[in-house]
Amino acid sequence: MESFLGRYRNLTILVFVLFLQVLGLAVQVKTGAGEKAETRLIRMWAATAITPFERAVVWVQTSTGNLWHNYFYLRGVRAENRQLKEQIEQMRLEQVRLTEDAAQARRLQTLLSFKEQFVSKTVAAQVIGTAGSDLSRMVYIDKGENSGIGPDMAVITSDGIVGKVLLAGPNESRVLLISDQTSGVGAILEKSRLQGVLRGTANGEVMLERVMSDEQVQTGETVLTSGGDQIFPKGLPVGTVTRVGNGKDLFLNIRIKPAANLAKLEEVLVLTEKQERQAVTEDHGRVRAADILAQRLPSVPDKPAETAAVAGTSASPSSTANAAPKPNSPVAGSAAGAVKSASGNPAAKPAGTSAPSPKTTSQASGVQKPKPESAQKPLIVEQKPAPVAPPADTPQPPQDNSPQ
Amino acid sequence: MALVVQAYVPKYFPGFAAYVDLPLLVTIFFAMARRNPIAGLITGAIIGLFQDLLGHNPIGIYGIAKTVVGYGASSLGVKLDLENAGARLLVTLGFYLVHSAVYFTVARGLVNSTQHWSLPQGILAGIVNGVIGVLLYFMLDRFKQRT
Repeated sequence: MESFLGRYRNLTILVFVLFLQVLGLAVQVKTGAGEKAETRLIRMWAATAITPFERAVVWVQTSTGNLWHNYFYLRGVRAENRQLKEQIEQMRLEQVRLTEDAAQARRLQTLLSFKEQFVSKTVAAQVIGTAGSDLSRMVYIDKGENSGIGPDMAVITSDGIVGKVLLAGPNESRVLLISDQTSGVGAILEKSRLQGVLRGTANGEVMLERVMSDEQVQTGETVLTSGGDQIFPKGLPVGTVTRVGNGKDLFLNIRIKPAANLAKLEEVLVLTEKQERQAVTEDHGRVRAADILAQRLPSVPDKPAETAAVAGTSASPSSTANAAPKPNSPVAGSAAGAVKSASGNPAAKPAGTSAPSPKTTSQASGVQKPKPESAQKPLIVEQKPAPVAPPADTPQPPQDNSPQ
Repeated sequence: MALVVQAYVPKYFPGFAAYVDLPLLVTIFFAMARRNPIAGLITGAIIGLFQDLLGHNPIGIYGIAKTVVGYGASSLGVKLDLENAGARLLVTLGFYLVHSAVYFTVARGLVNSTQHWSLPQGILAGIVNGVIGVLLYFMLDRFKQRT
């Protein structure tokens, strides 16, 4: 026996080492260890050993990039700045419209006793590395338990969802991407409202499973999170449908192109805190479209009180912007057809309401009796190109000034 | 070092992880250079297990595959003098295929994983690894001579 072991010493050691590893694998498979507590510590040690090097490389790269882009390569920055300012203006108008929609949705949710999830806290983190294997689609981020990150927290970018935290160490975490085979995300198609489960494939594609083959799914349709997995809040963008085919077992084979670029992740957000609460309607001072539009018109001067009073006699009090904007007023002129008043609001009955801001055009058109802001009618602004304001001497249609 | 590069580069070149296995190349180089089967298999086992730890799959799949490669490369290094670039390319290609075969056998047979293996892609990846391996071995040879 000894001579046999001595003669085949190398082979014996090979078999022994392989046997130990197979035994370890068997134990992991049997106990379902994977990422669980049995191997957690040793995996964290490995991550702790490797991440400082990755952090250093990322730091050098980021610093060099920042130095170049912030101090040397500033070509086109002014033009970009101007473009961004214009974009902000457009988005502010859009915000007013969406605020109205959201308020309406909240009112309806209250009626239905609907519970909604709010993302109350996020932590920004930088991607510092990957698993280094094509068969394990995950990335490492530079924040961990010390920043409030824990397992099963959702990870997103501004474009869409990325994955979930698999394991969190003190200063780094592993994020399992949605393209990994072992991931699963509850998803819903935006238009058809069909629900399914999002899974990764062996070659890194993302598929939507569990949608029956008799359903109609269009290519290009947007996919959102359904919230059914209790990890991702409902309504986050997932991606778009790129191919629909027949799968097995009466289910469709739907391929999804993720909204977030999973191949080149730089910064991500970890949703560290979610709140689920009853929907409540909040009626704090609405921002009127007229106010926002008025702020965009610095050339319109504030008229003196006397002039305003004179103007008020010629123009009816009900011609104020918040009741029914006139086509010849600067506000109405700049958003004619885009600003419309909500009908049936009793607060609009008394004539002569005014906007609170001194810059609002209702003052310019001659308003005498200011009213509290809460009595003003909400305005909905649709995004339309603002027409040029007509001359001030344009005749106005007759108005009924009598109180109702 | 190879593990750090292997974990970092796919952040910018996603295809890198699919076609290049730097830890495997390092395993082959050191196993052939030491010409001791026990040292070779232990080197392969350590590198492979560390690579397993960085992923989320059960620990041991890469470990087993690289143990076999480490043993095979060191045994081959004892019998053959592999200084020629062409021979090195062929050896690396061969060991890459052996590594893939062992990996997928263990993954499917023991862990019940649904990994797919495509032979054409395996050969292509083997050639890519072979070319990178030849360059890497040349660099490591120079480094070894200097030290």
